[in-house]
Amino acid sequence: MSVFDELIGQDDVVAILRRAADAAAEVVAGRPGSGMTHAWMFTGPAGSGRSVAARAFAAALQCSNGGCGQCGACHTVMSGTHADVRNVVPDGLTIGVADMRALVVQAASAPSGGRWQIVLVEDADRLTEAAANALLKAIEEPGIRTVFLLCTPSTHPEDVPVTIRSRCRVVALRTPAPEAVAGLLTSRDGIPANRAQWAAQAAQGHVGRARRLARDEEAASRRAAVLAIPRSLTNLGACFAAASELIAASEAEAAAYSSERDAGEIEALNQAYGAGGTGKGAAQVARGAAGARKELEKRQKSRATRAQRDALDRALVDLAAFYRDVLTVKLAGEQLRLVHPDMESSAAAAAARWSAESIVRRIDAILECQNAIAVNVKPKIAVESMMLALHQG
Amino acid sequence: MLDAQRRAQVIASRQCSDTIGVMTTYLLTGDEEYLVSRAIAEIVARTQAHDPDCERVELPGAQLAAGALAETFSPSLFASARVVIIRDGQDVPKALHDSLLAHADTLAESITLVVAHAGGAKGKALLEALRKKGALVQPCLKITKAKERAEFIRAEVKRAGGRTTADAVELIADAVGGNLRELANVCAQLVADSDGVVDIDAVRRYHSGRAEVTGFTVADAVMAGDEAEALAATRWAVGIGVDPVLIADALADGVRTVARVSSAGRGNAYQLASQLGMPAWKIERAQRTARGWSAPALIAAMRVAAELNGAVKGGSEDRVFALERSIGQVIALRSQFKGNS
Repeated sequence: MSVFDELIGQDDVVAILRRAADAAAEVVAGRPGSGMTHAWMFTGPAGSGRSVAARAFAAALQCSNGGCGQCGACHTVMSGTHADVRNVVPDGLTIGVADMRALVVQAASAPSGGRWQIVLVEDADRLTEAAANALLKAIEEPGIRTVFLLCTPSTHPEDVPVTIRSRCRVVALRTPAPEAVAGLLTSRDGIPANRAQWAAQAAQGHVGRARRLARDEEAASRRAAVLAIPRSLTNLGACFAAASELIAASEAEAAAYSSERDAGEIEALNQAYGAGGTGKGAAQVARGAAGARKELEKRQKSRATRAQRDALDRALVDLAAFYRDVLTVKLAGEQLRLVHPDMESSAAAAAARWSAESIVRRIDAILECQNAIAVNVKPKIAVESMMLALHQG
Repeated sequence: MLDAQRRAQVIASRQCSDTIGVMTTYLLTGDEEYLVSRAIAEIVARTQAHDPDCERVELPGAQLAAGALAETFSPSLFASARVVIIRDGQDVPKALHDSLLAHADTLAESITLVVAHAGGAKGKALLEALRKKGALVQPCLKITKAKERAEFIRAEVKRAGGRTTADAVELIADAVGGNLRELANVCAQLVADSDGVVDIDAVRRYHSGRAEVTGFTVADAVMAGDEAEALAATRWAVGIGVDPVLIADALADGVRTVARVSSAGRGNAYQLASQLGMPAWKIERAQRTARGWSAPALIAAMRVAAELNGAVKGGSEDRVFALERSIGQVIALRSQFKGNS
């Protein structure tokens, strides 16, 4: 057993990381090990396991056996509670400069466990410009035992500043093959082989999504609803109906994700400021509560926006894959594997009716909608425009 | 608030000038800041007419202290008049209500008390108590309805010593908007400029255009295919501070409404209302507009609306230009696809 077990279909990457972890162990032991670097950047498409790779590597660095997966260090790193591993997991739209500055200060301290002080930033592409610059200072001159692990979709300057990228060693992950994903679902989560295979295929190599599809009935039914959209677009009215349904579904998904947490956080904040307290000193304690509450609400709103965008994005990826299937059937017949094998008959029917050009135009419309949502176009308007384009072809 | 009370306020300012003359307690009720300030200014001016040395004291209602109250209400050694003004009567602490009322009861002859109260439930006890004690009440309510606004304009013109006509009043309301301070100044200015007869020509000479334009005005004009009206309305709307984002949203809503209504087919607006989730009047209007639109034009227009939405949120260097360009595009689409749907 090893911490790298969950990183599937990435044998090259695992070999690199193992070598680096060995070198790091040499450094800890006081020998001049070579092959370890202070800053790493994990890139790869969504679901390929960027954060899994980063976390496994962090565990391998903290473990005295190179990532055995059994010891206390491995367990605490993997569950995110290790004292020398700082996790930055943004749940809002961006990572702000204030958070980063605080982190940089902590990162400069010596590791309490005597091995490495690790800063793990998931979604480094969400760093604001100021936050990235604050981080850059630390990456430029790190402490001798400080390691930065950044996860980002790509090394494109839009994702991460070139100044940071040029100071990192880049580890590129690829989309794991559906068989590998299915194998993991079967061995780790005990999902029956054929269901695992279907989920891995439908999730297009996204491990987390495949797991959700296989285990969560609601996720599966949401996917079915999305895939029913192309057939339902019979006239303009139907387009608007489909758009508002999709928006409502994504809002509901986001609300289910955040409403419970929101209420809990507000409650905890009120308690911290002594809400409902009476007597001497209560007013003194409550001072500043309104400001803190406003700050929290702002953060929650950003989180809700992101949750809705993520939900919409998942739906759009499924939808684009369906049109990709139609094009595959049209151009390659039965030779290529479909993303949504269960939709084969509708894909074939659509392929017979539409021209290849119009299918490509439809895929373009979906990509356009994704971009539009990313630049803050009202989701409802962007999706409506997309549905109309899908209807028209 | 009672309607009668609302109507009374327009004339109340004139009545005041007749009844005032004796030192007493005034109660200004309502949250229209302009009317409150004007009433206070008038009271102070009238007192000054009696006694040029009159002193004006403003008390902060929220931070009132019993000591300050007693000091303010003790008569001056030199017997000069004093106007005591509390602008935020609703914020006066409950503990001081009794003491304030007692002072109001035994007001020295040289002192005038003015309490403004925003209305509403807060500090209502003080309001009622002062009213019962026979304070002169002058309503200063916000004007919300078009009819009330017209009445206010007429009263203002009369107050400045002029006459006016119904169409002139309407034009003033359109051109100036709902800000009472501006309306009052405009009326006074117009009377002075036109020798007392404020008719429609006199108003047109100095005012044109519209002060209240929303994104929906723009969207309606665009969907009706009236480019000149749409562009003019856009400029007015931007000029009076409507955010381009709101105009862009309204435009998308206009396209959406026409597309949904036209695809629902011909039918009774009241029957379609529940199916489409829109009010019947909106459907009826969209049905009329939909005659000029074909399906391909609407699809292309929705795409323009989506692009515009990104442009006004930072995608474009010049948001107003983006708006105007999209308006031109949508109207061009309407005529381009005409007849071939």
